[in-house]
Amino acid sequence: MSGIMTAASEPSFVVPVLLLDISLLALLVVVAFAIVRMRSLFAIVMLQGVYSLVSAAWFVSLDAVDVAFTEAAVGAGVSTVLMLSAMLLADRKSTPVPMRRQLGALTVVIIAGAAMLYAVGDMPAFGDPNSPANSYVGMDFMAKTAEEIKIPNVVTAVLASYRGYDTFGEVVVIFSAGLGVLLLLGLNGNAGRWEAKPNGQVIKDRTAPSASQADAPQSDQPEMEAST
Amino acid sequence: MSDPEAKFGRDPHVLLRVIAKFLIPLIALFAFYVQFHGDYGPGGGFQAGVILAASVILYALIFGLTEAKKAFPPRLIRYGMTLGVVLYGGTGVVNFILGGEFLNYSNLASDPAAGQHYGILAVELGVLITVTTVMIAIFYAFGSRQPETSNEDW
Repeated sequence: MSGIMTAASEPSFVVPVLLLDISLLALLVVVAFAIVRMRSLFAIVMLQGVYSLVSAAWFVSLDAVDVAFTEAAVGAGVSTVLMLSAMLLADRKSTPVPMRRQLGALTVVIIAGAAMLYAVGDMPAFGDPNSPANSYVGMDFMAKTAEEIKIPNVVTAVLASYRGYDTFGEVVVIFSAGLGVLLLLGLNGNAGRWEAKPNGQVIKDRTAPSASQADAPQSDQPEMEAST
Repeated sequence: MSDPEAKFGRDPHVLLRVIAKFLIPLIALFAFYVQFHGDYGPGGGFQAGVILAASVILYALIFGLTEAKKAFPPRLIRYGMTLGVVLYGGTGVVNFILGGEFLNYSNLASDPAAGQHYGILAVELGVLITVTTVMIAIFYAFGSRQPETSNEDW
């Protein structure tokens, strides 16, 4: 993106941008505390979507437009719906955990947070052109995309061409995730429409759960024990 | 939910349905814009795939899973998620048949930059197909595990 270059050349800490960043991050903290304090799982899932959307806005403010786009589409969009449909299989409210059982988790969180705060001191300044992420191969990508690939969006060039192996791996990961879900749940989730009779019966492709759709009656009961 | 037209008269969600009907084609169109404009602006196969899947998921949320399965048959999912990976990997294999390295698209056309363009296009198309179908697959898989949620259930 050309935005990366302009961000590096301009002074990084313009006051309105700083205020925007601080308010977005404050909003993230508020939403995170709300998620922790809430008991209604539906509200929590919705707040997770809000959290993703606010962080997408923050990524835009950091000039990471592609990341923001992904966060808004995946985090705020699809994963909210997936969490909702997963939540429907569970209870509507989470049972409160007693305080003494939360102490261990609290200790871990405090130690991890302290370690991160300690590491912040070694981070390069925002938009620093000499930071490790920008200086070595990153600069090569910025310089050579214009002549080698000739597309304006460097992110796409890195993603699909320079780092094509990584992206191939990502696609295979997504494929395996889908495969795993299909193997475990099946496309129709066996929602009373398909009965497995493995005793000597051959299950043909056309009669597999994915093929039968509308004609079967909507039966509500058979999978109740699976959801409890 | 099998016959939404007959129920529209006293449907409490008629507003939602009308607006969704208007929005869903636009969402799908926007997905293709993101896909094919990924060389020039933010976006690419992943984002476009998720947005395209979101249009199907929105359809399923508004009109019910059975209707959505008529519009986007689950049969397509098995072909789609495989086709995407094969398209990506196949582009890489074609490269080394043409004399280059795996996933180095410069040999796809006489001009290396044009070859890179074709390669990126093919690869992003593979990403789009796999991401779309897998997202829909996961939604179908989870969504099908219980009956339609009634309005009182919330």
